[in-house]
Amino acid sequence: MLLYALKRIVYVTPVALGVSIFCFLLFHLAPGDPLTAVMPIDATAAQQAEMRAAYGFDKPLPIQYGIWLWKVLQGDLGQSIASGRPVLSEVGRAVGNSLILASVATLIGFTFGTFFGFVAGYFRNSPLDRFASALSVFGVSVPHYWLGMVLVIVFSAQLGWLPPTGAGPDGSGNWVPDFEHLRYIILPAVTMSVIPMGIISRTVRALVADILNQDFVQALRAKGLGEWGVFKHVVRNAAPTALAVMGLQLGYLLGGSILIETVFSWPGTGFLLNAAIFQRDLPLLQGTILVLAMFFVTLNLVVDVLQTALDPRIQRG
Amino acid sequence: MFRSTRIAVLALAAMAGGLSSGSALASGTLRIGMTASDIPLTTGQTDQGGEGMRFMGYTVYDALINWDLSSFDKPSDLVPGLAASYGVDPADASKNRWVFKIREGVKFHDGSEFTAAAAVWNFDKLLKNDAPQYDQRQSAQGRSRIPAIASYKAVDKYTLEIVTKAPDATLPYQLAWIMMSSPAQWEKLGKNWDAFAKEPSGTGPWKLTLFAPRERAEMVPNKDYWDKARVPKLDKLVLLPLPEANARVAALRAGQVDWIEAPAPDAVESLKKTKFNIVINAYPHNWTWHLSRAPGSPWNDIKVRKAANLAIDREGMKELLQGLMIPAEGFMPPGHQWFGKPSFKVKYDQAEAKKLLAEAGYSTSKPLVVKALISASGSGQMQPLPMNEFVQQNLGEVGVKVEFEVVDWNQLINIWRAGATDPASKTGHSINFTYFVQDPFTGFIRHLQCDLKAPKGTNWGHYCDPEMDKLLDAVKTTFDPKEQLAVLQKVHEKYVDEALFLMVTHDVNARAISPKVKGFIQAKNWFQDFSPITMDK
Repeated sequence: MLLYALKRIVYVTPVALGVSIFCFLLFHLAPGDPLTAVMPIDATAAQQAEMRAAYGFDKPLPIQYGIWLWKVLQGDLGQSIASGRPVLSEVGRAVGNSLILASVATLIGFTFGTFFGFVAGYFRNSPLDRFASALSVFGVSVPHYWLGMVLVIVFSAQLGWLPPTGAGPDGSGNWVPDFEHLRYIILPAVTMSVIPMGIISRTVRALVADILNQDFVQALRAKGLGEWGVFKHVVRNAAPTALAVMGLQLGYLLGGSILIETVFSWPGTGFLLNAAIFQRDLPLLQGTILVLAMFFVTLNLVVDVLQTALDPRIQRG
Repeated sequence: MFRSTRIAVLALAAMAGGLSSGSALASGTLRIGMTASDIPLTTGQTDQGGEGMRFMGYTVYDALINWDLSSFDKPSDLVPGLAASYGVDPADASKNRWVFKIREGVKFHDGSEFTAAAAVWNFDKLLKNDAPQYDQRQSAQGRSRIPAIASYKAVDKYTLEIVTKAPDATLPYQLAWIMMSSPAQWEKLGKNWDAFAKEPSGTGPWKLTLFAPRERAEMVPNKDYWDKARVPKLDKLVLLPLPEANARVAALRAGQVDWIEAPAPDAVESLKKTKFNIVINAYPHNWTWHLSRAPGSPWNDIKVRKAANLAIDREGMKELLQGLMIPAEGFMPPGHQWFGKPSFKVKYDQAEAKKLLAEAGYSTSKPLVVKALISASGSGQMQPLPMNEFVQQNLGEVGVKVEFEVVDWNQLINIWRAGATDPASKTGHSINFTYFVQDPFTGFIRHLQCDLKAPKGTNWGHYCDPEMDKLLDAVKTTFDPKEQLAVLQKVHEKYVDEALFLMVTHDVNARAISPKVKGFIQAKNWFQDFSPITMDK
């Protein structure tokens, strides 16, 4: 088992290296000068050259990459061109905020998705099924940013119940799950939850329908088990797959959503990426994407190892 | 069942009451939604362009020479700031030596005194690479603003000397960019600009009390501010970065902020209907097409330039922008102190435009084909796509067929710096680039002086006219303000009479404000004064 885990870690190394090269090169292929957005328009050529040298942009690309990678390996993602702050602290703060938002969105999505999925699965082809299925189709197909705007218009602009932007009355610095802060998270989290809700709902519906058609359910009923008892068996059988889907959705949501976080000015990774793209803040872009990519690489590694621990047949395969 | 439904309704109602945004805020707090995506640099020399200086420059800091932001009607001009008086040394025949008498008794927020030595320390912060306090980030923002300075020194505690590289009467305008940070605070915080950014100290009317990067900045009044007329009346000023236009409007409607910068034009009418005030005023902003004057450019023909200027239906464009623009009558906004009396009237006259084009050899059946470089968005660019398409349609109606080369905003900046003859300009005949035209350099000199042809300067079109150069030199060598004003008017008259640009419109610095906000006077300036504002309960 340990050997397998070590092997997987070794396999991850070239993937991580590839990700780092991709992150580094991607933004150097785009036209324009990364320092354009931060220097006054009248900056002379000499001043631009001085800044370029200060940030190391005057060196050949392979050398720039080498220096960047060496710093990254030491935990230094560089400094944001636009803000001058260390990229690591900027990304760290944003990842924390996206984690809060993703967790709440996943909770909402899983709760409602499972509920609608069970209802639809249990009452197949009934009006309830059609209603729940329509909701799940709406969830996976509605444009996020549009839904976000509609919710803002209704609950913030018209009713004045919920704040439309930000992460708290004093920002996200001292975020605690109290009433004041939760008010700020409701709209973005609901907006973000509709896709996982739709996916989980459709998955659970199919699972429940499949389980209900299996022989053991007939047997349980034939033995005189009540509907509540049957339901508990169905839940137990559907749970592993539903949880796996939820885990995947949480992973996607942790990456942040540029559109949702921008619409709600939620200071997570999506909001940070949006700012970095518009300001062409290369170190910040590279750092944020690298951290997110490495997060997924690590997540995959952990899942692989865990799956093997739970089911040794995978390792043998 | 009925009882539980009733409880749910009551709970919802109570929640709605409790959730009502803004109910617990103090009456004297003004919350502003900025267009910036981050809090501007707080250490003194701000970033984020004009918005940075507006919210973090002239609030927390002062310059030696400030802008007068007290009037809605009068043109905004320079006034003494941390320098109580200043001028060229009459004893210096070269007219390079300036003497500044420092205002006595001015204190930084940390209690230390502003002196001539502090001013020198601040110039070193930007210009002297080996100075301990040299700050690359502030230098990147400030160094290019003061190109005239050759040297500087503190003559005594309250006398500062600045020597220019050549006689330059525009030095006061350049100095109005330079914000003075506290040397004592920097020392106290371990000579660390990152620490200073969290606890900045200037001499300005506001003190920064909270700095949450990308989320929030809070300021309270500096009750000991040296200019008693500008001591803030509010309890607190809160700045929130809200880069998305719809998010700003939603935050205003929900009562989360009291003021938003640059509301989207299509939201203006509905905001007015819901009692929000749309505040606008002329200010030195310009939306033009810079014309290539490289050999072979069709814009070298004055008839073509004038015809294009007469072909634009500016009132129609104003309707397109929901009234949020001032139709151009010249290069500077109408009523500007430098406007003068140009003889060529910039107006909409299709017949005259067609006549001039016919004289130049073009017509709708034999159109002139030009290529225009534009961006789809960008800081201060207003609504570049629909506006440029409007211009394209207008020009097409008189016989000028426009082909667009649409590039990313940052790329457009690079093209502007590179110049019309650079391959980056892709043989474009014009570039739609908007900017700040608040001082003689940014307003006139940088665009058309011969020795500032791009890439050396930002004379994108490579225009060069010895007569214009003489006038621009005269701006720099005329030290009497009245005489200098007359020269600036002559420059503008030449700009207009020779139709050196396609002059389309000026932005109006629009902001949407809650009716609770009282006392705001929107000056004809990129920067604004928040001191006179109060909030109704």
